[in-house]
Amino acid sequence: MSLNEKDLKKGLAEFKENKRKETLKYVFLSFIGIAIFLIVWKLIVDFKLLNVRNLPAPDSVLSTLITKVSSKNPDGNTLGANILASLQVSMSGFLLAVVIGIPLGLFMGWFTPIDKFVSPVFELLRPVPPIAWIPVVVVFVGIDLKAKATIIFLSVFVPCVINSYAGIKLTKRTLINVAKTFGAGNFETFIKVGIPSAMPMVFTGVRNALGGAWSTLVAAEMLAAKAGLGYMLQVGRNVGRADVVVAGMATIGVLGALMALILNLIEKRILKWKLDS
Amino acid sequence: MEQLNGLVVENLSKTFYSSEGYFTAVEDVSFTLNDGEFLVILGPGRSGKTVLLNMIVGIEEKTGGRILYNGKEKTGIHPDFGMVFQSLSLMPFKTVMENVELPLKLRGVSKKERRKTAQHYIELVGLNGFEKSYPHELSGGMKQRVGIARAYTANPKVLIMDEPFGQLDAQTRYAMQNEILRIWEAERRTVIFVTNNIEEACYLGDRIILLSDCPAKVKAVYPIDLPRPRNMVAQEFLRIRTTISDNTDLAI
Repeated sequence: MSLNEKDLKKGLAEFKENKRKETLKYVFLSFIGIAIFLIVWKLIVDFKLLNVRNLPAPDSVLSTLITKVSSKNPDGNTLGANILASLQVSMSGFLLAVVIGIPLGLFMGWFTPIDKFVSPVFELLRPVPPIAWIPVVVVFVGIDLKAKATIIFLSVFVPCVINSYAGIKLTKRTLINVAKTFGAGNFETFIKVGIPSAMPMVFTGVRNALGGAWSTLVAAEMLAAKAGLGYMLQVGRNVGRADVVVAGMATIGVLGALMALILNLIEKRILKWKLDS
Repeated sequence: MEQLNGLVVENLSKTFYSSEGYFTAVEDVSFTLNDGEFLVILGPGRSGKTVLLNMIVGIEEKTGGRILYNGKEKTGIHPDFGMVFQSLSLMPFKTVMENVELPLKLRGVSKKERRKTAQHYIELVGLNGFEKSYPHELSGGMKQRVGIARAYTANPKVLIMDEPFGQLDAQTRYAMQNEILRIWEAERRTVIFVTNNIEEACYLGDRIILLSDCPAKVKAVYPIDLPRPRNMVAQEFLRIRTTISDNTDLAI
C-alpha cells in the first residue's frame, strides 16, 4: 500500500482539528479553574464557612471595580488614575534597573577585573531587602515618583545582575574557542557569543524581577503616595473598605499576569532558537 | 634540511600549572605536514590530542618548542588554519546559514558575498534546505556537517579536525568518513585529522602519527600507501591495523 497525497492531506486536516480541540479543551479547563476559585470564594463569604469578617464576595469586588472606574472614593482617584500612577512608578524603576543591571551583570561575568572591582560592593548591598531601603531613600531622594521608582529599581536590579552574570559565565568554552579560531577578539566574542548564550538566563532574571517589582509596589507606595494601587489598598484598609482592598489586589494580580504574558511573548521571539518545534 | 613551505612542528610541549602541581599533556612532539596531505593523528582517549591541536591552531599557549609555518614562527591565530571541533561547537542561537557564514562575518566580508560562499559549502556537505534550521533541530551527523562547512567557509589552507565523528553512531560515522574524503578530494586542502579510532585512521590517512598515552609523545609514524577507496576488510588493511593496534597504549 502506498501513500497518496489525498490521504495525507486528510490526515493533516484531522491532525489540525485534533490539535484545535485539545487547545480548546485546555482553555476550557483554565476557565473552569478560575470559575471554581470564584465559586468557592463566593460560598465562603455567603455561608460564612471560614471565620473571616468583612471578606467581600467576588461579585461585590467586581461591582466596586466597576464603580471605581469613574468614582474617586475613597482614595481620591479613579481606578484608571491609580493604575497609571502605579505603572509609571513600577515601569520607570523596572526599565531603568533592566537597562543598567543586565549590562552590568554581563560585563562582570565576562571581564574579571570589572567583576573583582564591583562584586564586593554588590555582595554587600545584595542581601538588603528592597523595603529596608525605604528610610534611606526618603532621606536622600524624598517621597516623590523618583523615590518610589528607586525602591522598585533596587528590587529589580539585583536579580537582573545576578542572572546575567550567571548566564554569561555559562558560555561554552568550545563556542569561545570557535570564535577565537576564526579571528574574533575578546570583545567581539563577548558580543557575538557571550551575550546570546546568556539570554535564556537573562530572561529568567527579568521574569523574576518583574514579579519582584510588582510585589514591592505596595511597599513603595506607602511612601506618602497620593495615587497608585498600593495607595488605594492603604486607604481602603484605613477606612475599613475591604472591597476596595480586594479590588486593588485583583487589579495588581491581573496586571502582573498580563505583563508576564507580554514578557513571555517577547521571550518566545528572541529565544526562538531554544524552543522545540 | 630546512623546509620552507608548509607546517613544521618542532619539540612542541605543553605543561599545565595549577596550585596543586603541574601536569604535562604534550611532550616533545615533532612532525612535518606535507602540502595536500591527509595526516591522521591517532592517540588513545584523553591523551592530550586536543591540547596539541589547540596549540597548532593557536588558541592554547605552548610551553615548549616551536611551530613554523612557511618558514616563519607561528604564534596565535592564523587565517590559513581552520578547525572542526569535537562536538557541540555550533552556535545554538544561530541558524545553519548564520553558523556557516560566521567566519566570513567575523572577517567583515559583505553579506552578499559571504552568503554565496556559505551556500556553496552548505551544498557541498549536503545540507541544502536546512539553511534556516537551528542546531537543535538537526541530527548529530547533520550538526557535524555544519561544523565542516563552517570550517571550509573560512577558506583555510590547513584544516584541522578534532575527533569530528566521535559522537556519531557507527553507521553515520562510516558515511561521514566517505563524505570527508569526497570533500577533501573535491577541495584538496591539507588536513590534520585527529581520532582515537584505529580503523578510522587507517581508512582516511595518507600517514598516521601514533601518539602515546598522556603525556602525548610521538610513538610511531605509519605511511599508508593503500589506494582509495580502501577496503576495511582487505588483508593489507587488516595487517596495518593490527600492527598499529599492537603498538597502541590502552586508555582506561
